[in-house]
Amino acid sequence: MSHTSPPVGTGPLMRREARLAWGLLSPTIFSVSLVVILPLLAIFWISFKPITLSDLRAPAPIVREDLRGNPEVAGDEATLRYRLRNSSQDGEIRDVAFVDEIAEGLTLTGEVDDRCVLDGRMLTCTFGDWEPGYRETLAIPVTVDQAYLDADISPSDRPAEVTGRATNPLTSFNFTFENFAAIFDGSEFWGVLGVTIFYTVFGTIGALVVGLFAALLLDKSFRGQGILRGLYLFPYVAPVIAVAFTWVMLFDPFSGSANALLMQMGVTEAPINFFGERPLALIMVTVFEIWRYFPLSFLFILARMQSIDSDMYEAADMDGASPFQKFRYLSLPQLLGILSVLFLLRFIWTFNKFDDIFLLTGGNAGTRTLTVNVYEQAFAISNIGAGAAVAVVIFACLILFSFVFFRFMSQEEGL
Amino acid sequence: MSMVRNGYVTGPVIGALWSFTMAIVVCVAMSFSTGDALAPSVISSLVFGALAGFLMLPGVLEGIRGQLVPVVVLVALTVISFILFRPAIFGPAETGLFTKLIGWLLMIAATFGSVRVMLAGLPFGLANRHEFEEAVIRFLTGFGYVFFTALVIIPFYVMVMTSLKNQQDLMLNPLDFSLDLSKGTELFRSYFELFQDFNFGSYLLTSLIVSLVTVFITLLLAVPGAYAVARLRFRGRVAFSRSILLIYMVPMIVLALPIYIAFSMTGLRNSLLGIVLIYPVTTIPVALYMLQGYFRGLPEEIEEAGLMDGLSRLRVIWKITLPLSLPALASVSLYVFMIAWNEFLLAFMLLDDPSKFTLTRGVAMLNSSEIPRQHLMAGSVIATVPIMVLFLGLEKFMTKGLTAGSVKG
Repeated sequence: MSHTSPPVGTGPLMRREARLAWGLLSPTIFSVSLVVILPLLAIFWISFKPITLSDLRAPAPIVREDLRGNPEVAGDEATLRYRLRNSSQDGEIRDVAFVDEIAEGLTLTGEVDDRCVLDGRMLTCTFGDWEPGYRETLAIPVTVDQAYLDADISPSDRPAEVTGRATNPLTSFNFTFENFAAIFDGSEFWGVLGVTIFYTVFGTIGALVVGLFAALLLDKSFRGQGILRGLYLFPYVAPVIAVAFTWVMLFDPFSGSANALLMQMGVTEAPINFFGERPLALIMVTVFEIWRYFPLSFLFILARMQSIDSDMYEAADMDGASPFQKFRYLSLPQLLGILSVLFLLRFIWTFNKFDDIFLLTGGNAGTRTLTVNVYEQAFAISNIGAGAAVAVVIFACLILFSFVFFRFMSQEEGL
Repeated sequence: MSMVRNGYVTGPVIGALWSFTMAIVVCVAMSFSTGDALAPSVISSLVFGALAGFLMLPGVLEGIRGQLVPVVVLVALTVISFILFRPAIFGPAETGLFTKLIGWLLMIAATFGSVRVMLAGLPFGLANRHEFEEAVIRFLTGFGYVFFTALVIIPFYVMVMTSLKNQQDLMLNPLDFSLDLSKGTELFRSYFELFQDFNFGSYLLTSLIVSLVTVFITLLLAVPGAYAVARLRFRGRVAFSRSILLIYMVPMIVLALPIYIAFSMTGLRNSLLGIVLIYPVTTIPVALYMLQGYFRGLPEEIEEAGLMDGLSRLRVIWKITLPLSLPALASVSLYVFMIAWNEFLLAFMLLDDPSKFTLTRGVAMLNSSEIPRQHLMAGSVIATVPIMVLFLGLEKFMTKGLTAGSVKG
């Protein structure tokens, strides 16, 4: 007998297992990195570039040809016309050239432009650089033969091959800090941050507390408990677009039912513009957030409650604990774990929320959070660079949160 | 403080609060269903509730002779406040007496009936802590049911009813959701118009196909990945499962911007291929996370037995693990289906061509001042009903999926 200790290091079996694991994971890693990692890198790249929505198309040389002069019989004179232009108003194109085959039956009569060379039927023109907004028309006199008239084609059927080098603003090495300067500049950013914090903190806590109450209500078996549980999940399951539009309609200042009801009950004299007034709109979107996401915390808390050992409650009953005491000293400590995990996760998700506010107010009336600001900067103001800069700020916050989250999660098991 | 714990104080207080709640509920319910104007009076409903709470204290009705003085005082107070202020439920003259009468009857029945249950077991005199708290909890429970049910139902009720009305009627009286049943199928005009003129049939189909394809691709990629993370030992496993969670938390809007740019440049924007490529990637992290949790819970011994008998790992997954995890697969599929069906942001940003819209994008298109809002609501109903039917039919799997998928917003 020599050795009886387990083998040290990685054996062939383990290596095989690891290979299999990576093999199984590779499609996921590939697709996720393509759609998550790559865009994240792109966001960092773009956030340092002066780029707007219209820059997404790189400047391109455009050549259109046509035949002017309506030739009808063989021998008629006509003009072959090339209209040239730079598609961009602010980017230049270098080394522009085009090659075109002159259609069968057209004979060049006059001098060709000195930038062009005719070789057989092939017309090659080289122009050099085109400044932004460059335009020119090249006219070449031709005579028309019967062959052309018979063929019944027009020069534009066979477009010229155009080449030219332009700098795509996305890939150029032209960097700037302007985007970050712009978003951090002025009070706007801090206003946005304040709105985000209000929305996130109150939305999260509100959804947790309301969810806790709902769970307390349903933490007993009675007929119809299943129905009520299903019903209370409705707000979360329904498409956000449907419920958001319903809320907007319900609280409409002119024809909304909520206003009509409040006025009829004498709560208010004049209609209230719920989603259009400054502090109220923010409160309303937070209330919507609570309404839509309390089912989630409700579901989790209920699941945890039903797994609490009933022995403890029996013991408490024996000791004469009152219902509130049982909740305070028994249930609440048991629920603390799930509540804090939920808080952290919901906090991050509420912070990330975009759809709800975008649909309810479009970020107007003091409800612009950071995520809405990304959209606002990138698409409403068309400043993609600034939008990306806001996205980078969001990502930085997220890294911070997840750091806290993983520190906490490693202690708190369960999820 | 101990004064409050006397039955003759607790009872009327609970009665008053409950009666006020009921007055509001009756007014809202009747306004929403008939369109008639009704409003609760705070003082009268409180006084009336106090009377009800006192009368419903156990033993008071049986021994009413002994309690004649407070009962008479309360009755007198109720009558005075009804005359001096207003009845607990009142309305303008246009609201018929009959409607008001029904309102009163409903409120009286609801108040007396529930208060009786709430106060059962509460003594007339000093209650001990248990009796007192139990009465309070019964009140809070009742209030909670009413509150939550109203909170959830009202928006959906308004959504459905608005889709069946027309805009002029609602402008005239935003509370009148009563239906003119004599109109017959005319009631569903918005729906017919959406399907005929707005192409909603094709949006419905597109959404269905996109969601199903998303579910399929997600499972195809997530199952092997989740299995590897749950069962196989390799270096970087912990880091990998953490990065899944991290990716799961990256907000969509941050990704949507570069995706928009990339799709614009490659011509994938405005194509369903692009949508189908992008949706699964947003759901894979969730699905992976949910499935690996489930796979971990499966007994490893069965799989080891399969390995011993000469099956390869892949055959073990196919023959043993997958059949065992069918319920989890159902939950994950449903959850992913729900995410894909409800997805709005990417569809909104990437699709411009009305012939390629998904349902959510189609509904967003209806949000314009030129299109009457019953169309918008009908579109919302069309988007909501399929997912609700699926949800109610498979609630068991769905709630499991929601709990396991935890916290996706």
